[in-house]
Amino acid sequence: MTILNPHTPLQSTPLLEARDLTCIRGQRALFEGLSFGISSGECLHVSGENGVGKTSLLRLLSGLSRPELGEVLWDGKSIVSDSVSYRHQLLYMGHRDALKEDLTSLENLEMYAVLDNVALSQENALATLWRFGLRGREDLPVSCLSAGQKRRVLMARMITRQAKIWILDEPFNALDSNAVQILQKLIEEHIDAGGIVILTSHQALVIEGLRVLKL
Amino acid sequence: MNALLGIIHRDLLLVMRRKSEVLTALFFFVIVTSLFPLGIGADGALLRKIAPGVIWVAALLSTLLGLQRIFSADYADGTLEQMVLSPQSFVLLVAGKIVAHWLVCGLPLVVLAPIIGIQFDMDAGSLKVLILALLLGTPVLSLIGSIGAALTLGVRGGSVLMSLIVLPLYIPVLIFGAGAVYANTVGLDISGHFSLLGALLILALAFVPWVSAVAVKIAIE
Repeated sequence: MTILNPHTPLQSTPLLEARDLTCIRGQRALFEGLSFGISSGECLHVSGENGVGKTSLLRLLSGLSRPELGEVLWDGKSIVSDSVSYRHQLLYMGHRDALKEDLTSLENLEMYAVLDNVALSQENALATLWRFGLRGREDLPVSCLSAGQKRRVLMARMITRQAKIWILDEPFNALDSNAVQILQKLIEEHIDAGGIVILTSHQALVIEGLRVLKL
Repeated sequence: MNALLGIIHRDLLLVMRRKSEVLTALFFFVIVTSLFPLGIGADGALLRKIAPGVIWVAALLSTLLGLQRIFSADYADGTLEQMVLSPQSFVLLVAGKIVAHWLVCGLPLVVLAPIIGIQFDMDAGSLKVLILALLLGTPVLSLIGSIGAALTLGVRGGSVLMSLIVLPLYIPVLIFGAGAVYANTVGLDISGHFSLLGALLILALAFVPWVSAVAVKIAIE
């Protein structure tokens, strides 16, 4: 495993830090002694072949699973001991879209606003959905939307979540080229605003300040 | 508190969008309890005697039907992961889901019980005791059941395994719930039964949401 672009500013203290992470699945060690840090305004692209442990790494970083060895630090504190303040700042999107098929896209957004403890007015939620081309579909059950449209609902959630760190597992799946552009722009805006993005993708990404972690 | 109400609201909304799943459990309760008078015949004394046991066993089985739904749908579509990662207390969210399950699968049984009781020729006093006992007992069924539902998350053939885990744990509720009604019909004091049911409810309320939350986290990991 190598981290490309090692000349990234080391002097700035990393906001999110992985220390000696070891992940074992079954009998096999996916990675051992993996350490890196990410500061505000950086995007980390975790790349590698299928089954190399990209999703496992993202789950460790989000706190969904615990590493065999090592720890993940947020702002100098372990995400296990200080998990609430970390989860306040965290948006994680996994393989599954985590939308309730029986609810409308608007209801899904509002449900997540309650879950994530963020204030979200109905006008705001609607405006965000419209921004992603879902005008006229906000009252349809999510089961009636296409895979790409569901991804667009998720993009709306990325905005309304107001999180500092985004952990995205294959966010470009099922998106048309137009939506890929929109998502790239969204990620760039987030980085410019001092956020952190960690993502996996099989596409080459053109994002300023991108670092690549090859597993 | 907001999160608790929010999750209850969400779960009830989801149930309203897919009513058939819940109605199945309720119809199961009505049909099973109606089969007994039909099968046994019009022996009033016998029916009165078996009524508490039959109604309680049917209540246990029909709550069981809805249990799998507490977590499995959210587990399958990834929403449960989002709940674990939410800044809200996960225990509170789990508690909300259990409350929603009781409102959907437990409370209707309490409401239906007097109508079912009439089929068994129960008198007004026994019906009152039955309703009170169900009111105290069915939340315990939802609470204990949530542990089974959480432990069998993601397990193939989980629902059968869940029944095997949960049903033995239901025995105390069954004994004291049905016992209260029986004691009332033979003129014994029922306060002991109700105290024990109340104690079970308080104990379950205090500990079960934590246990279920831990079990769900293990399943997700």
